[in-house]
Amino acid sequence: MIEARGYGYRKALNAGFRVASAFAVLLALLPLVSVIYFTAARGLGGVNLAFFTELPKPVGEPGGGMANALSGTGKLVGMACAIGMPIGVMAGVFLSEFRASSFATAVRFSADVMSGIPSITIGMVVYTVLVRPMGHFSAFAGSIALAIIMLPTVTRTTEELLRLVPATLREAGLGLGMPKWRATLLIVLRTAAPGIVTGAMLAVARIGGETAPLLFTAFNNRFWGQGIDEPVASLPVQIYTYAVSPYEDWHRQAWAAAFVLVMITLLLNVTAKFLVRNRLDAR
Amino acid sequence: MGDKNELSLIRAQPRILRRLGREANPGDLVFRALATLFAATVIGVVLLMVAEMSRASVASIKAFGLGFIVSQEWDPVREVFGALPFIYGTVVSSLLAVAIAVPVSLGVALFLTELAPKWLRSPLASMVELLAAVPSVVYGLWGIFGLAPFLREHVEPVLASTLGFLPLFQGPHQGYGMLTGGVILAIMILPTIASVSREVLLAVPNFFREGALALGATQWEALRDVILPYARSGLIGAVILGLGRALGETMAVTMVIGNSPEIKASLFAPSYTMASVIANEFAEATGDLHLASLAEVGLLLFVVTLLLNVVARLLVWRVAGPTGNTR
Repeated sequence: MIEARGYGYRKALNAGFRVASAFAVLLALLPLVSVIYFTAARGLGGVNLAFFTELPKPVGEPGGGMANALSGTGKLVGMACAIGMPIGVMAGVFLSEFRASSFATAVRFSADVMSGIPSITIGMVVYTVLVRPMGHFSAFAGSIALAIIMLPTVTRTTEELLRLVPATLREAGLGLGMPKWRATLLIVLRTAAPGIVTGAMLAVARIGGETAPLLFTAFNNRFWGQGIDEPVASLPVQIYTYAVSPYEDWHRQAWAAAFVLVMITLLLNVTAKFLVRNRLDAR
Repeated sequence: MGDKNELSLIRAQPRILRRLGREANPGDLVFRALATLFAATVIGVVLLMVAEMSRASVASIKAFGLGFIVSQEWDPVREVFGALPFIYGTVVSSLLAVAIAVPVSLGVALFLTELAPKWLRSPLASMVELLAAVPSVVYGLWGIFGLAPFLREHVEPVLASTLGFLPLFQGPHQGYGMLTGGVILAIMILPTIASVSREVLLAVPNFFREGALALGATQWEALRDVILPYARSGLIGAVILGLGRALGETMAVTMVIGNSPEIKASLFAPSYTMASVIANEFAEATGDLHLASLAEVGLLLFVVTLLLNVVARLLVWRVAGPTGNTR
């Protein structure tokens, strides 16, 4: 196992490995720093009151904002959560509380596999199932696509968190004569609730930045987009539209939107991580 | 005989209650049914996707058959569709991404599990995972205005002057093309490979490390001869997961790869991926055959990533177990 080489050689090799490995970490973090630097340097100037309150202006007219895209993203993500969270949490409850069956393994496997499916194909399926029959793009279709994307994450996170709840808590509830459903909802889920909220934050951060599945479902809208039956603008789609356009002013707007989006997602992620660490430390 | 009577009393309960035994509480039945239903939804969505994508691409499969994946012609006007340029672009950009990302992310995973001081591990791991949090479209924007000009000005000339004898590194430096697409994909799959690899390495029992070190191995030797062989299948799974992600990644690549359906040997030349052609044409496709052909491209992408994910999950589960965090 240990080579018949000099000790010095082996030590040098080991040092080389350590240096290379540390270098890899620096290399990996370089893009993150660069992306944050670019979005801040180019986007910060475009973030003003108009950005948050005004509708986009037509090409050529300077000014305008992305209020419709901000509210659209909020609407899409909110509806996606309303659909995806209950299904995901209950599926997670199933996996954790009724786990011993080959069906549960199949669900677990499907969830893991689903999280690797390209999000654009989810958009395509929602398009053929919902948008085509309805005849037009809609906020509803967009939120269904986003709900499908968050489903596997929420399911697996909930399962993992419920597994961490000590069996003694369940037994205490059942011992007091609670039926299983009450013990699960009032004791197990409640104990795990902070963690599930953390998981939900991560899921929101993920779907809030999704562009591809919205291209054929929520599409885009230069105006507010009333109701859930109309196409609606969203921050990521707006960034895409502006980024690939040839206009200077739109590029500036795209950077401003990217800055806002990155700050929101990073903030959600960092807060979630922080909450998880605090909870683990407390134990 | 008395026993039998009691038994038949119990049998008087509805059959379904008896079969579920202790869960005879009606609330429990509803609860279990709901949980089962929602869990089945997860499987249902995957099955629905397979069925729907297949149904949508029937027309194209009928019209072009196997020729679809070997033909280079993609002409919506004449309604002739062949997907080879997109398949080529997807495969090459993804392999390029894996080739760049694997050494770096393995280095990161090893540093985070074996080398870094304890207090540094969790903050560094979180920072690497933040790379995955940046939305794809933001990477695309950064790619257009940051990465592509950088590669055009500083990297492509160097590659051309040192390795220019290879057809891979010839031709004009445009910035938008296969190389930029591959690099941006590498950045995006790096956190996936790194965090799954880290999970797998953490699952290697500590006594393997201790045993090797106690025998006098250096850290590198312990790693190469003991830890890596033990974790091998899980690490391969991590790489395949990364590959799957690269194949399906859409926005960032679409924004930097140049979107030109040609097969060129040079990595500097623009290309086109399967996900990109869907993103660019699906919402505007009017012809039924055009739509079906795009659906078939999506179906191919879907089936390939599905298979890769199945294989990868099985490999990762083998080392880290099905309950591990394998996101």
